[in-house]
Amino acid sequence: MSSRTSGPTNVLIVGVGGQGVIMVSKVLAQLCQNQGHQVKQSEVHGMAKRGGGVFSHVRFGAQVWSPTIPEGEADILVALEWAEGLRWINFMKPDSGIFIADCQRIVPPFACRDRGRGAEPAYAPQTPEEIMEQVSTGYAMDATGMAERLGNARAANTVLLGALSTALDFAPEAWLEVIEAFVPPRTVEINRNAFLEGRAWAMAGSKRVDETASGLHRHREVARHGPVNTVVEIIDEWCKGCDICVKMCPERCLRLDGRLVAELALPDLCTGCRMCELLCPDFAIRITNTAVTDAVTEAAQ
Amino acid sequence: MNQPAAELSRNARANSRARPMTGNEAIARGAWEAGLRVAAAYPGTPSTEIMENLGRFPAEDLHAQWSTNEKTAMDVAIGASFAGVRAMAAMKHVGLNVAADALMSFSYIGVNGGLVIAICDDPGIHSSQNEQDSRVFAGFAHVPVLEPSDAQEALDFTRHAFEMSERFDTPVMVRATTRLSHTRSAVEVGDRHEPPVRGFDENPAKNVMIPGHARQRHPKVLERIRLVAEEMETSALNRVEMGDSRVGIITVGVPYAYVKEAMPEASVLKLASSYPLPERLIRDFCQHVERVLVVEELEPIIENAIKVMGLSVEGKEWFPRVGEFSPEVVREGLARAGVIDAPARKAAFGFAPMVRPPVLCAGCPHTSCYMALRALDARVAGDIGCYTLASIEPLRSIDTTVSMGSSIANAIGMVKAGIETRPVVATIGDSTFLHSGIPPLIDAVYNGADITVFLLDNHITAMTGGQDHPATGKTLRGDDAPRVDFVELVKSLGVEWVRRVDSYDMATMLRSLREAIEHKGVSVVISDRPCVLDPVKIKGPALAVDQEKCIACQSCMNLGCPALTWSDGWHEGRHKVAIDPDACMGCTLCAQICPTDSIAPIAAGAGAA
Repeated sequence: MSSRTSGPTNVLIVGVGGQGVIMVSKVLAQLCQNQGHQVKQSEVHGMAKRGGGVFSHVRFGAQVWSPTIPEGEADILVALEWAEGLRWINFMKPDSGIFIADCQRIVPPFACRDRGRGAEPAYAPQTPEEIMEQVSTGYAMDATGMAERLGNARAANTVLLGALSTALDFAPEAWLEVIEAFVPPRTVEINRNAFLEGRAWAMAGSKRVDETASGLHRHREVARHGPVNTVVEIIDEWCKGCDICVKMCPERCLRLDGRLVAELALPDLCTGCRMCELLCPDFAIRITNTAVTDAVTEAAQ
Repeated sequence: MNQPAAELSRNARANSRARPMTGNEAIARGAWEAGLRVAAAYPGTPSTEIMENLGRFPAEDLHAQWSTNEKTAMDVAIGASFAGVRAMAAMKHVGLNVAADALMSFSYIGVNGGLVIAICDDPGIHSSQNEQDSRVFAGFAHVPVLEPSDAQEALDFTRHAFEMSERFDTPVMVRATTRLSHTRSAVEVGDRHEPPVRGFDENPAKNVMIPGHARQRHPKVLERIRLVAEEMETSALNRVEMGDSRVGIITVGVPYAYVKEAMPEASVLKLASSYPLPERLIRDFCQHVERVLVVEELEPIIENAIKVMGLSVEGKEWFPRVGEFSPEVVREGLARAGVIDAPARKAAFGFAPMVRPPVLCAGCPHTSCYMALRALDARVAGDIGCYTLASIEPLRSIDTTVSMGSSIANAIGMVKAGIETRPVVATIGDSTFLHSGIPPLIDAVYNGADITVFLLDNHITAMTGGQDHPATGKTLRGDDAPRVDFVELVKSLGVEWVRRVDSYDMATMLRSLREAIEHKGVSVVISDRPCVLDPVKIKGPALAVDQEKCIACQSCMNLGCPALTWSDGWHEGRHKVAIDPDACMGCTLCAQICPTDSIAPIAAGAGAA
């Protein structure tokens, strides 16, 4: 830890609801208090269980005023999930902040909204390699994988605490004492190993990326899908206006017209998924998806 | 967060060692130390943990209860005060609106046993429908309000509030904000103090607010608040910290910490209360500094009051009137006012963060309800609860949300307007229905409104983290209690069409809703399944998607279920769907929706897809 004469040490812990952000920050806060520091630990819940982003500020030192860490003043950022780490990355001290992140991806349903052809999830596109180039000290680790191999994926938080321990001046025994008081008794051994493994991994360098971690890395393959031309044909005479297609269209792009016959009202939203074609009890809808060739593209232009 | 049992017994042993506590825990501890005997609350973020913590003190020390709503909680506390013991009601800011009727009159009556109202405001609207400033109510009701700035003060001020309440014959508000309620810091605790027992005070002129009595009480209330103000002039709760005499800052509550962080050298008058204000103390402070800034979150209550005193102060021209304060906000305000240098902002990373809105849990029984309403193309009046999350994509099937219990009467108004062509449905959770949904349902029956009420019964107060209520069969302390039977209740109010349906049976739910909508007059459909998180986390056998059969139509993705995600497989250029077996709890809603029958439980012994 960098030596400082004044001001508290700031650790920001972030993740997704249900991951254990609060547990990690409680361990740190308890440890700091045991070591004689003034500590403030601030969190906001309410929506926390609902899969949204969760964060907890831990500040400790001789005198702590604000319960929250000002932007750009976190000494250490601990992320239990990759994209959440990136959300808060500007809270780190620009020159000396330490970035500790699990490469685990939790892709929210909202990121899968674009059902267009070839669409990829709207997940943070930044790779661990890109981020590591820009921080002075950083660890993009496979904490979840390490914990799974130890026998319990939920110990991933303790792996991260092990990495965090290398950035703060507390003895490993002091960490383990607090961790053992917080985890269920039958998981003490796994958590102990998780802590030591995370600590050893981070001790091996000031900047490390676990290349085996997940699909986040630079050289992963991306499937390519060219555009298609979707034609929706609705045979008016066969449509009896049951409106099953209207109600079940995932994109809500169909409606009944004035004659109570289905029509494609919002063609731009149609992804050609064939849901209406499949559900129509009267075979009144036909979907044709044709790959757009260069010639067609040129002709359209 | 539940405290381990060992911690509780330590807590009850009342030692004097400092230990980490949230603001809410400290308020509860302070009330217990003050000899609190009766406490009542309705859950509401960020106030919920006050009552949860009070419920962990020994039952022989105090009675703690969940009430059906905040007004009931306030009246229970008032009743206990009448009886002669110390009492507390706890609620969030908008809960005070519900309880305001009782508070306004009780202010005229004053207390017998000390009465403290713990109010938690939510600047920044972390989990609320507005960010109203409860301090306005203090002035409105002529009730003193104490505003702690950290957990230690939360304990100390709460203890003091009871003593103050009895000495001045007034209810006292203790006001926290989300940041204080949910920040943990070291607190020195004390012992429980048992105040002398008072009996019922038989004094109709004070206790019975008929016009003749109330006219007598009003001047006494004004005299009382003058005496409180007089005491605040010299109270140790207020603190002057003289520093640089060029700038003096008057502040209160959590913003004090931000001021100290941003401008440690400034002279500070740290007030303990926005109402009533110590005028001489403020005048004296203003005389000793060249320029005075008022730093207060939300409304300019102190600032305006000081301006009325004829003093020249600055405040809201530099600091925002909306949102939560932070060290950054206070620094920027001080920089705008020209008393510190503008903070250097250098964001190292320029990318925009990923969007991650909160979602209904995997297997949430509300999900099917809103899928069905979406399919019925209904006009939906929503209410307060987890289910407001169905207003955003992909469920996107709530049209309005106002306040607790608004949905049913909003629906009445929508149909009585006479121009709505879609079926009008009010959706309301079990706890919210008990809170304030019953009178509007009676109203709907009485006035012949053609609406459907969709009662989403998940057997718990879910949004605030799983609190019991009168239909769960348990009290705050976990004792058995009678359960409200919603079907019988609704029938007794005159509703002729009522049906209970399984939240995990999409087809029956759709059919029932369709029938309910066709029924002329008030119909009630009750969606019946427990919350998947509370009181126990439900985990059934996970489902998996047959990647051969999936046609990537993504109809299941419209559930917004967090266990559903895209797989690496493609069909006609779109991602197929996969299920996270750890997140899936086996509700089968996605399997019921799938047009190609590709989703089924993972066969015993087989691996995940």
